Amino acid sequence: MNTEWNPDEERLLDAPTIRPYVIARGRTEAQDRFDLISLAVTVRPTTGAEIGLDPEHQAIVRLCRRPLSVAEIAAHLDLPAGIVRVLLGDLFDRGFVAVQQPQPEMNVLDERMYKAVLDGLRAL
Amino acid sequence: MAFARSDSGKNPPKMPTAIKLLIAGGFGVGKTTMVGAVSEIRPLRTEETLTDRSVGVDDLSGVEAKATTTVAMDFGRISIGQDFVLYLFGTPGQERFWFVWDELARGALGAVVLADTRRLADCFPSVDYFERRGTPFVVAVNCFEGAPVFDLDEVKLALNLGPDVPIMLCDARRRESGKEVLIELVKHAYGKRPTAAAH
Ligand SMILES: Nc1nc2c(ncn2[C@@H]2O[C@H](COP(=O)(O)OP(=O)(O)O)[C@@H](O)[C@H]2O)c(=O)[nH]1
Ligand SMILES: [Mg+2]
Repeated sequence: MNTEWNPDEERLLDAPTIRPYVIARGRTEAQDRFDLISLAVTVRPTTGAEIGLDPEHQAIVRLCRRPLSVAEIAAHLDLPAGIVRVLLGDLFDRGFVAVQQPQPEMNVLDERMYKAVLDGLRAL
Repeated sequence: MAFARSDSGKNPPKMPTAIKLLIAGGFGVGKTTMVGAVSEIRPLRTEETLTDRSVGVDDLSGVEAKATTTVAMDFGRISIGQDFVLYLFGTPGQERFWFVWDELARGALGAVVLADTRRLADCFPSVDYFERRGTPFVVAVNCFEGAPVFDLDEVKLALNLGPDVPIMLCDARRRESGKEVLIELVKHAYGKRPTAAAH
């Protein structure tokens, strides 16, 4: 990407909108890996000294001490979901987070799931 | 499909299974209200953009395109014990947001189509979409004060719903009512699950 940031251009644009795209460095390949309800959990904390991790990466690692969905991470950090997918892809590849994809479809093994969900809803 | 790496040092903690439910319908029909009524957290908001999916956003034109195609979605969460967590997404009802619908509907257990009898046509795109896609759905008629009261069979006829599509009245503001709608949906989805027909 263009590393020379033109300050005149910068002023034309809303910095908070631009920033996430700079972090994500235009990468899109990670985006189809994670669903909005893919769950991420931190498995290795960052020390803050890692090369190539942005503050937003660090924020995700801190946030995901308990499992959170892509949608929740995006909402809490006020980042577009697409950006969170890219950042999570980085963290996953480097072993900081584990990611659990949702079931691709509900199969017969999940008969128990329907029952558990129904019981759970009734008990709310 | 666990995606967790085994070489990441520790075993990742056991995570619940996440399940996606959609709440669709026209603007102002009560989607966000229903999400809020049943959610254990205050509804959160996330954004999806078309450029996220299709364009490397390194240049300014990509940024401009993004500004025109951002769709905000409200969502909530219901934990079912330790094992399951339901995410409810309020889905924008306009057809031009198809790119968000496709993403949302992928892997969704089912959908609630909220209808308002004063503007019944607003939910046609949602009904069409879920029918075409084969996503199990139920129709819940949100009862606004002063709205014409129709027999549910009439509404069903007007929406041209298949005979097996459940339809019910609801009050999106009430948790109990939202709960009942979701229970109906999960029961319906159970009967419609892919393997149910194959056996
Ligand atoms: N009287 C009444 N008002 C409702 C009901 N459900 C939603 N509303 C109101 O209708 C408006 C639109 O609801 P909202 O949930 O934002 O609609 P959305 O655009 O579908 O998300 C809000 O002012 C709600 O308070 C209902 O069941 N009865
Ligand atoms: Mg809304």
